[in-house]
Parts: sequence; structure tokens; C-alpha cells
Amino acid sequence: MTTPMTTASAVSLSLLPEFPRYSLRIDPADVSAASEVLGLELPTRPGQRAATGSRLALCLGPDEWVLYTDEADAQAVEAAFAALYPVTPHSLIAISDRERTITLSGPQAAELLSTSCPRDLTAIAPGTGTRTVFDTVQIVLLRDSESDFRIEVGRSFLPHVWALLERANRELAAGL
Amino acid sequence: MLLIHCPYCEATLPELEFTYAGEAHIARPADPSTMSDEQWRDFLFIRTNARGPHFERWRHAHGCGRFFNAVRDTVSDKFLLTYKAGEPKPESLPE
Ligand SMILES: [Zn+2]
Repeated sequence: MTTPMTTASAVSLSLLPEFPRYSLRIDPADVSAASEVLGLELPTRPGQRAATGSRLALCLGPDEWVLYTDEADAQAVEAAFAALYPVTPHSLIAISDRERTITLSGPQAAELLSTSCPRDLTAIAPGTGTRTVFDTVQIVLLRDSESDFRIEVGRSFLPHVWALLERANRELAAGL
Repeated sequence: MLLIHCPYCEATLPELEFTYAGEAHIARPADPSTMSDEQWRDFLFIRTNARGPHFERWRHAHGCGRFFNAVRDTVSDKFLLTYKAGEPKPESLPE
């Protein structure tokens, strides 16, 4: 499952290599302190995201964000928040091993997602994201462009989600 | 599928992202030890069981994660109103 798959596929699916992820919880009144140590302005509306360098933050709820970065930057992120602990209470939890990321790319990517995601995908603008469900599985869905999505899924649910995507993708390719 | 307006996400979203969490505006007694068994029973188990508008708690579990309150008509299953947790019980309801 580590390589791109299937011969007849409408949407290009791939499983990204692992990378660092963090769950950040902080009082909305203290967001600016977190933004400062992170070097980017944390968005405060669920669904919005902000990025700088390798860092990407997505607002999931009024006091909850998910942060993504790369391996080279992980220690810097952890050190920055460690320095913040004594002054501003918050929680930064490494969740890198909890999830894997599937990318969906192609003009029919939204159609493929819609086979198991109840969201109105036209309401998810490029450059935003959200927590939602795929089939019965909780996911974080990011839309990078009209035709590019990412699914963050708990690793134990990956085979289930992957199998559903693969099957629906074959049906799309066959014109069903 | 029901569509539910989350007052935190400010969006109307599919029911599958939400979980029901019982009747709203039931305050836990400040000092349970002073209550009779009957009063405690009522607090724990006795609910309005409304026919019509019902004030109830929901949680946007697979979204922003917040609890909020909703008024749902138990006859038509229509959501009349949703509002943030902690806000006062609305006095009047939209038609
Ligand atoms: Zn919400």
C-alpha cells in the first residue's frame, strides 16, 4: 500500500510518507501567543488554514488546530511551544503516528470523495479544510485546489478507506 | 438526512457529523446531598418528552467538537433554531 495503485483509475490516489503532525489546543484568548511562537497567524474560524515555510495550520474548532510540518522542522516546533508552556497554558500533542495521508488528484476527485463523504464538497473552497466523515470514519479533509484533496485518516482505518476509494475509483474509470 | 446548523462553524452540515446529547437546560443541582430521593430521581431521569419544539443538546463530534443547543420539533423533525452552549434559553421561536 505504499505505492500508487491501480491501472484503470479516474483519480490519482497516493499514500504520503509519514510526516510530523500536532494537535494544538489553546484558549481562543491566547491564540496570538501561539501564533507568535509558530511564526504564522493561526486562523480562528473552523475550516481556515495558514501556512509558512513547511508549516501548515488548520483550524478545526474554536480552540483546536492541527499543525503539519516536515521532519527537519519538528524539533523547532516542539521547542517553541515548550518555551511557551510556563507563560501560556496550552496542549501540543504529537499525533504523527496516529494518522496517514491519502492524496486525491484529478478533475473527478470531488466526485470520488462524494461517494462516501456526506459534505457538500462545493462548499469546501480550495485552500480550506475541515474535520468530517468518510463512510463511518472520522477524517480531516483538506482541499488544496479544485482537483486536489488530502484525507488524513486514523491509521487503523486506512485499509477500509483505501479499499472504498480504490473500488469507487475503478467504477468512475469504467464510467459507472 | 437532516442538515444541522452548527453555531460554531456557522455552517449547515450533514447530520452524520453530529451526535445527540439529551435534553438541554438541565442544571446539575448545586448540592445533591440536600435533595430527597425523589428530587434526585427527577433530576436524573425525568424529562420533558415534548410533542413539538424540544430543547436539546447536540455535539458537532466529527467537526469542531463543540456542544451546542438546538430546538427541534419532535413531530416534524425540523430544526427550528440552534445556539451556542451557555447562551440563555430563547424565549420565542421562529415559525
Ligand atoms: Zn461545528
